[in-house]
Amino acid sequence: MKIAVLSGKGGTGKTFIATNMAAVAQESTYVDCDVEEPNGHLFLRPKEVQVKSVTVPIPVVNEALCNGCRKCVDFCRFGALAYTGRGLIVLDDICHSCGGCVLLCPENALTERKKTVGEIHEGVSRSIKCITGVLHPGEASGVPVISKLLQGLDQVPTPVLIDCPPGSACTVMESIRDADYCILVAEPSLFGVHNLAMVWELVQLFQKPYGVVLNKCLPGDNPAETFCCEREIKILARIPFSHGLGFMNSQGIVAVWEDRSLHTLFAGLLERVAKEVQREYEAVAYP
Amino acid sequence: MRIAIPVDRTDMEGKVHASFGRAPFFLIYETDTQDAKFFENQALVSPGGAGTKSAQVMLDYAVDALLTPRCGEKAARVLEAAGIKLHKTDSTSIEESIAAFLEGKLPPIMPVQAELSNHGGD
Repeated sequence: MKIAVLSGKGGTGKTFIATNMAAVAQESTYVDCDVEEPNGHLFLRPKEVQVKSVTVPIPVVNEALCNGCRKCVDFCRFGALAYTGRGLIVLDDICHSCGGCVLLCPENALTERKKTVGEIHEGVSRSIKCITGVLHPGEASGVPVISKLLQGLDQVPTPVLIDCPPGSACTVMESIRDADYCILVAEPSLFGVHNLAMVWELVQLFQKPYGVVLNKCLPGDNPAETFCCEREIKILARIPFSHGLGFMNSQGIVAVWEDRSLHTLFAGLLERVAKEVQREYEAVAYP
Repeated sequence: MRIAIPVDRTDMEGKVHASFGRAPFFLIYETDTQDAKFFENQALVSPGGAGTKSAQVMLDYAVDALLTPRCGEKAARVLEAAGIKLHKTDSTSIEESIAAFLEGKLPPIMPVQAELSNHGGD
């Protein structure tokens, strides 16, 4: 079972929800797909960490073979190749590594080299397998690192908690692609509602089963809750805004390992999501 | 000498466009004959790489110099590799920009960093 945790903006509580859900399971896997700023490891503090690098293919031109036909230049929709009359220029920071230019070159003047764009750190924290993606600073897209992170997740302990990047762009789409369920984390403000609406639209587009966790709940009106009720969106859990939780977060403490009532809340949330996934599975298997 | 200017219309009374890669049209101007031709910028609607694609167009028209208010770093890399001179014009008037260039008053341009330039998205 793969559960993706999303929100339209940073600081809503994706890592809080994902790490604590991973921590209440008997065994689990936590995957940090927020590759530009991975922070789940600050809470889980994995040990025996192994590092693997992530590479993407980038075209290399053999000047002796290139006859300047420009088929590759005309083909590349991202403008990553240009021909100057003196030779071909490869702009590797806008190349999307599709490999089309290499396939297309009639002179076989293009080959590929590997360019390192990031790393994957794999370690263990208690009974949690902890996998973190790290994008190197200056790289344009985290998608190759996320794609590599999510490969081979079929052999890891479940549930798998996928901590998504904020927003609803390509990196989030890549992160939820194989998810069985999406948890949308929302803040109790109008800004929070706007961000919730973005990811809500995305999970519907991807036809994923989903539910909302209302985080930082205060007494009084909760615009995010109103948004959910008006649209009959499932609310999976409500987590109170509390000084104690804020303190634990600032100290890098996994809350459910310290607080019994939160442990009960998160165990209930995990159980609820597991039931939802089971129901979805049965609906597909026995329609 | 052949110069190019990103413009918003297809006549000499139009304005110099604020960006290079996302300009609607390019003016190609022959300083010797004062011949002016306008071309639609095919890269305008490109999902990404509009700057480098427009740079390729400059190469294909064999222009000697580009007069523009701003130019992205990657487009500049392509243009400079081809030996095209890049000059900064702050005037929105096409005629004024050309006149200032011919008088040698337009300074070389400092390319805009990738993160500040409006480069499509993924």
